[in-house]
Amino acid sequence: MEASRLPGFLARRVVKSVLVVLAIVVCNFLLVHAAPGDPASVMAGQSGAADPLFLEQLRRQFGLDQPFHIQLWVYLKSVLSLDLGFSHRQQAPVAQLIAERLPATLLLTGAAFIFAVGGGVALGALAARRVGSWADSAITALALTFYATPLFWVGLMLVLVFSVWLEWLPSFGMSSVGVELHGMAVVWDVAQHLLLPALTLGLFYLAVYARLTRATMLEVADQDFVKTARAKGVPEGRITRAHILRNALLPVITFAGIQAGQLVGGSILVETVFAWPGIGRLAFEALLARDYPVLLGVFFCTSVIVVLFNLATDLLYAVIDPRVEVG
Amino acid sequence: MRDFWRRYRRNKGAVVGLALLLLVFALAAAAPLLFPGSPWDMAGAPFLPPGEMGMLLGTDSLGRDVAAGIAHGARISLMVGAVSTIFALGVGVSLGAIAGYLGGFADDLVMRFTEFFQTIPSFVLAILLVAIFTPSITSVIAAIAIVSWPPVARVVRAEFLSLRGREFVQAAEVLGKSRLSIVVGDILPNALSPIIVLASLMVASAILLESALSFLGLGDPNLMTWGFLIGSGRSVIRLAWWMSVFPGLAIFVTVLSLNLVGEGLSDALNPRLARQRGGAA
Repeated sequence: MEASRLPGFLARRVVKSVLVVLAIVVCNFLLVHAAPGDPASVMAGQSGAADPLFLEQLRRQFGLDQPFHIQLWVYLKSVLSLDLGFSHRQQAPVAQLIAERLPATLLLTGAAFIFAVGGGVALGALAARRVGSWADSAITALALTFYATPLFWVGLMLVLVFSVWLEWLPSFGMSSVGVELHGMAVVWDVAQHLLLPALTLGLFYLAVYARLTRATMLEVADQDFVKTARAKGVPEGRITRAHILRNALLPVITFAGIQAGQLVGGSILVETVFAWPGIGRLAFEALLARDYPVLLGVFFCTSVIVVLFNLATDLLYAVIDPRVEVG
Repeated sequence: MRDFWRRYRRNKGAVVGLALLLLVFALAAAAPLLFPGSPWDMAGAPFLPPGEMGMLLGTDSLGRDVAAGIAHGARISLMVGAVSTIFALGVGVSLGAIAGYLGGFADDLVMRFTEFFQTIPSFVLAILLVAIFTPSITSVIAAIAIVSWPPVARVVRAEFLSLRGREFVQAAEVLGKSRLSIVVGDILPNALSPIIVLASLMVASAILLESALSFLGLGDPNLMTWGFLIGSGRSVIRLAWWMSVFPGLAIFVTVLSLNLVGEGLSDALNPRLARQRGGAA
């Protein structure tokens, strides 16, 4: 893409992302109102906080006695000023609860993502290099297996094997309880705790990316420019790396962008299994307590993360592939 | 039909998948005969390991038979998978047909809507929907349907876009057929094969989604499901591995068989594509 067209492209993508975020807020608002019973009782959370005086106060605060469109406007304004409501179960603002838990989730999903993309592309490339070999069949079989296995069950099985039976790795939390650690020891401790959850979350996507990489590499390998390169006498390894893989990566990036949402969603399951202290675990706790403001906040927050991630992949795509259609 | 079966049979994995799937169906159908009575009832001492006291797959923390739970859970999983897929197909096919056949503004509108649903984290939305509308078999099916229609809409739209300019559609238009009858009677039958393949994969992912929801405690509280079994085995995994291992295997076998059948259907319905792939699948 010419440098002069990049700002316009960027602006359009940003506008689109903002619209999606607005739509998500509206979606949240509609959900609160579609819920059985009074929106005030939904916001209060069903348990504990439902005394009439308090509900009355909530109704006034959120203008529930006002017309529908004004309520929507009030809600929009508060969410966009990052006021995600108050969790009466935890006696803290939802935004603060999420902010405390966000780094752990980002660490987990980030590690899983790097593992999935790196491993998937490597395995896919290997399978495509040797179509029909045992390595190819093994990778295809592996992909089929992880396609069909529930994420949370994989996590439990890993716990069973590596924590319960072999006692190699810790099975829950983010750091060891009751030990004072400093410097690199902390990093090492967290890394040990991170390994199993990240593997669990990443394995499925590793399978997805491996299959995708294999398929697109086989497709690209048939194209004329590869034949030309081969006719010119470019070494086979270089053809694979520079000609085939580079072009085959584009659909993988697109797909990775689309899948970001599912990765974040999957982290709820993984964090539940491993008691990883991120927003997924927060969502699970909120679920048990029927703490709706927190659930709505988590939905909003994860959606925003996905939108930002999509924006990033769009930009990355535009940088890697100059032919990308601007629009 | 015989031709179809001949092509399907060529994919060995798909044949195995079909056999496994029939087995799961048989288990679901025979559950009341094999394990009469409610799977919620106590059947033996708590935490019996597999094989002891006639409990094939052991018992859980309340002495319930894990095997009975799996057999009865099969009915729920298959039912939720099938029904939610039917609803998702209904929404996806309608929207995709509108977008693909009408084009222009309608197409833009529908595609933006579809994109929005594909952007938001679908699992989080499903959790939110079930939690807010209180967990029940209806809310679970509705939530799964709501998050799984977008791929259908995209596939159907693409098919309709490529089919609507073809001669047989033009002929139908010249004959003065109504739009609805062209869409339903002429175009849709020709777009069926990708929809069928997609449907089999959707049942598989719906079963996974249902198990994840009930694992988190969002299943119908009156129904025994595989996800619930695993969820209740989670906290006692050090004590009773069988409680979470076997229901997980049940999910794995069912979903795998559906995926294999989907690939077989895809090969059988698109013979040209299958040959291109060199039968590698």
